[in-house]
This record gives sequence, structure tokens and C-alpha cells, in this order.
Amino acid sequence: MSLLEQPRTSVESTGFTRKQVWGLFWLLLAAVVAWLIFAVWPAWLNAVLISKKAFVSAVMNGLTLAGLYFLVASGFTLVFGLMRNVNLAHGSLYLLGAYIGYEVGARTGYWLLGVAAGFVVLAVVGVLMQVLVFRRLEGDDLRQTLVTIGISIVAADLMLAVWGGQTYQLATPEWLDGAVTLPVITAVRSNGASVFLTYPFYRLVVLAAAVVIGVGLWLMLNRTRVGMMIRAGVDDRAMLSASGVNVHAVFAIVFAVGAGLAGFAGVVGGSALSVAPGEDVRYLLASLVVVIVGGMGSITGAAIGALLIGLAEQIGLVYFPTYGVVLTFVIMVVTLAIRPQGIMGKAR
Amino acid sequence: MSLVATTPATERPAFLGKIGAGHILLAAALIFYPAVANDFFLTQIGGYSLIFGMIGLSLMVLAGYGGMVSLAQITVAGIAGYAVAIFGLNNSGVHGFGWPWWIVAPFAMLLAAIVSALIGWVAVRTEGIYTIMITLAIATAAFYFAQQNYTIFNGFPGFNGLRAPEFWGVNWRDPVPFYYLCLGCAALAYAAVLYCSRSTFGLTLQAIRDNPRRMRAIGYHVTAHKVFAWFLSGLIAGLAGVLLIWFNGRVSPGTINVAAAINVLVIAVIGGLKHPIGPFLGAVVVVLMQTFAIDIVGAERFNTLIGLVFLMIVFVSPDGILGLWERLKPHLAQDSLRPGP
Repeated sequence: MSLLEQPRTSVESTGFTRKQVWGLFWLLLAAVVAWLIFAVWPAWLNAVLISKKAFVSAVMNGLTLAGLYFLVASGFTLVFGLMRNVNLAHGSLYLLGAYIGYEVGARTGYWLLGVAAGFVVLAVVGVLMQVLVFRRLEGDDLRQTLVTIGISIVAADLMLAVWGGQTYQLATPEWLDGAVTLPVITAVRSNGASVFLTYPFYRLVVLAAAVVIGVGLWLMLNRTRVGMMIRAGVDDRAMLSASGVNVHAVFAIVFAVGAGLAGFAGVVGGSALSVAPGEDVRYLLASLVVVIVGGMGSITGAAIGALLIGLAEQIGLVYFPTYGVVLTFVIMVVTLAIRPQGIMGKAR
Repeated sequence: MSLVATTPATERPAFLGKIGAGHILLAAALIFYPAVANDFFLTQIGGYSLIFGMIGLSLMVLAGYGGMVSLAQITVAGIAGYAVAIFGLNNSGVHGFGWPWWIVAPFAMLLAAIVSALIGWVAVRTEGIYTIMITLAIATAAFYFAQQNYTIFNGFPGFNGLRAPEFWGVNWRDPVPFYYLCLGCAALAYAAVLYCSRSTFGLTLQAIRDNPRRMRAIGYHVTAHKVFAWFLSGLIAGLAGVLLIWFNGRVSPGTINVAAAINVLVIAVIGGLKHPIGPFLGAVVVVLMQTFAIDIVGAERFNTLIGLVFLMIVFVSPDGILGLWERLKPHLAQDSLRPGP
């Protein structure tokens, strides 16, 4: 592939390197997006894209959803990258986190306590899964995956037994409620007054939390000793083990962080949307697609994949409601066709 | 095979040995099963197990011979089912072009096989454990798509009022004819898989499973072989899908949801992926459990039971019931079962 592409990169005749061309492309794209969001749309554009309000809201919703997907998928991708373990019970971890957050939040009255409980309890569950189940089946990818399927069947059924089939809504504290006005003009009234876009404050907080956690994860992976071990383990597990690192401790840490993040996302996402049986499958699908598109074992890849999928899902929902899923699917297939290892994935 | 071949076997004793005593006994038992079973056991257990055994068989072909574990088999079967509903007759008032069954059924199978080949073509771009992830993503996406889309799939309600055909003066949805229909199809699929596994194609596929790089180096087209395996498995899944839809009389997104997709994998793994008989064994076990677990653990918790049995099988015997049998076999008189060289 790379050999075939070599001739195309030699565009020296035009005086541009490949990097410069891409830089220009991204700059242009950023300019178009900025114009789309901040400019007052001409009538023809409103006619094509329904209305500016619909479009910008879809983009904002897509970004929020992307933040949520990133939180769920980053744990999934870390666990996979390090342990070659496809944890198909990851969606169940999300749902369990949401239920635990609901219980703790409803009983103590403190939403933040629920968020913390969602993270901590699920981190413990993750470590238990690693120690009790996966360590016993090490090196057998297929059986590990089958076991996670079994766990997800049992977990889904037990959660249904405990919490029933009804939909829960986690109550967010007052300081997170309400809407904020964004400096985005959606339309201009006939009397000349501008209409600004309002957006729920909580969703912006979710987005900010995802960004902060993403940066935190990146720093942890790239600037700390544990992160170094994890990256080394992703590249060559046997070598890491041979150089005297307790691989199982590293595995346990990664599993704790991954499962904890899923639980955290469960509480946060359950407050933004709702909690019901079946959500586990939805978020499992999201993590799968995000990780397939973004590349296994890469946090940056998970962020890119989450952005693509979140935006595609929400924009698809507005513009072609009954074919929204197909858009997600097309992104996955196109990625697999062009880069089977995912956008940021390394070829193994 | 054993069903069809019992007649010429009397003329060619060598062939009889080739079929094996086990198959003849099994065929006899299955043929005379309606004599002892009531209608419930005939369709809800017998027919249902045979249908799900066939879907499991389509997975076994991919996983056992091709090394590709797919979770999209129920999706492929569902596509055949939806094709029957859309191109045949239904009571939902959407589509229902009214094609006769002898066009619709082969057409649905072919469509399923083509879709299966396309899924395979996407899935074989990656290897190993990725296949599970990609096919699960495809199965889930297909479920959500069928649920959301009303123009093609009629959304949440799906299609109902689908009827099995009546010909030769027989209503094929009646218990006994339906059982024999399923048995005939299952025997055909089973024999075809056994035959294929010993053909040049089957052996090549198994060699590719064991060492794709070497096979590529020798000059085999690895991708083409794998995609063709997906096509064949799609034919089997499609046939099972048509039967399933005739059996249920309806098809909806619930038919192809993730639980159903996982159910197929559970069936195949519990039975065993090493031999084509495995999925049928697994299907009988799972269908019996689904039917009677209500009496053991109450009406609602049978998924927990099935999940636990599945976990136990994965932990104790990776090759399923067949694997248990293989372990027990040395203790039994195995020479009597094996024909001489």
C-alpha cells in the first residue's frame, strides 16, 4: 500500500510537500466549519440544511455524544490494545455503572457521589474480572471473548431482575441544570434582533469532562511510568514481562481504568440521556465501531472515531432519520476498506 | 446424507461403511421420531432445534473450517426471512409482491448468501478476533436499521401473517410435514457440509485457517476462498431463515437482535465447532433448556441459566459437548464405531 502511494507523494513539481497539502486541507476545513457555525446563513443554505438551528444543534449533540462514546470506548481500546482481550461485556459495565450511580445518587442525594461510586465500583468489578476470569484464560483470545459474551448475557439478565425494565432518569444537581446562550447566531428576526442558540449546560459539561479525561489519559500514557509500561505492553507484552515488570499488575490497572471509565460514562450518560435495559448493547456497538474506525489500542484513535461516529449519528438523525445507522455503518466499512487497522491503528 | 443414501447403500456395501453406523442410527431415530413425539415436541423442540442447528451449522462452517467466528449469522438468516416477507405474501399491508414460494425461497437464499459474502468480504480484511467485533457491529447495526426503517423493513412491527406454502396437497406448516421438511433441509445441509469439508475447496479452506501466509505463498487466493466460504454458509443460513420465518409466521427486528445473534454462537459453542453435528447437538440442548428452564428457575431468569451453562462449557470444555464426548471416547469401546481402513 505504502509502496503504491509513494509516487503520489512526490508532488515536488508543484512545490508542496504532502504535509503542506494536508495542512492546507485541514485549514480550509476548519475555516468552512467556523463559517458554518458563526456566520448568518444565506437563505439557500437554510433551504438545503433545513435550518441553521437544526444543523448547529445536531453538531453540538454529536460532539456531546462523541464525548460520551470516547469515555466508553477509551477503556475498551486500552484493554484490547494491551491484553488482546475483546471485552464484549463492556456495554454491561456501562449500564451497571449507570444503575449504581442512580442508586447512590438517589439514596444520598448527592449526584457527584453517584459519579464517584460509578467509577470506583466498576473499577473494582474490572479488577475482579481480570483476576478471576481473564488471567485464567490468558493467551486464548477466542475463549476470553466467549467468556465476556457469557458474562454480558448473565449481567444483562441479572440487571433486569434487580432494576426491572423501566427507564430511569438520573437527577443532576441544580448547578448543572439550565441552558446557556452560546455566541452563535441562528437567525436574524425581521426587526433586526439576533436569535442566539441556547444549549443545555449539562451537555457542555459532559463534553468538557470528556476532553479533560481524554487529555488526562493521554498524559498518563505518555508522561508517566505506568503509561510507559502500558505502551510498552501494547507493543510487545512478552518483552515487557521479560524486562522485569509485573505485567499482571499493569493489566489490573488498565482493566480498572477501563471499567471505571465505562462506569463513569454510565453515570454521566445516564444523566444526560436515560438508563434502560438495552443501553448496554447500544454502547457496546458504539465502542466497537469507534474502536474499529479509530484503531485498536490508540487513545487518539478512539477520540477521532468517537467524533466521527457521534457526529454521523446525530447529523444522520436530523437529515435522514431512518437511514442514520447506515451512515455509521458506511463509515466503518469505508475505514476497513481503506485502512483495515483503523485510522490510528498500527499494522501488526 | 444418511437420509438420502440409505437406499443405494444396500447395493453398495462399501458405501454403507463410509456413511458410518452412527449416521444410520441417527437417521433412523430422527425419521421415526414423529411416531413417538406429540405435536409440541415435534415442532417446538424438533423443528426448532433443526432450524437453529442449521444456523449454528452455518457458523460452524466459518468457525470450524475457516477460523472465522461470525456473530452475523442470524442477520443473514433474517435477510432471507425479510426477503420472504417482502417478495412473498404478508398480512402487514406493506410490500408483499406475492411471488410464488418456489421463486421466493431460492431467491431469499441467494440474497442471504450474497449478503453473507459481502459481510465476509468486509470481515476478512482483518483477522482473528477482529472478525467477531466486525460481525457483531454489523449484526447490531442491521438490527437498529431494521427497527428504524419503515420503507423497507416496516420498522418495529416487522411483517406478520407469513404462511408456509401448500403444495402436493400438503400444508407444510402442519407439525409432521414441517418436521420432515426441516429434517430434509437439515440433512441436506449437513451432508453438503460434510462433503464440502472433504472436497478440495474444504481442505484448502482448512489449510488457510491453519496457515494463511503459507497458503498465500503457495499461490492460493486466500481472500477468495474465505469469501466463498461465507457465501456457502450464507446459503445454509438463508435456508434456515426461510424455514424459521415459515415456522414463526412473522419476522421483526426482534428476530435478528443481538440476543438472537449471541444465541446462535451459544448454540454452536455448546455443541462444539469441530464437527458439523455439534451445532445440532447444541441446538437441542439450548432449545430444551429454553423450553424447560422456566420450570427450574422461574419464567424470567432462564437467560442467566443459559449464560452460566455457556460460561461453564467455555471454561470446562472449549470444544463443547463434542469435546466432552472426545474425552470420554477412549473409555468407551471406540473401535466398534470406527470402520477399518
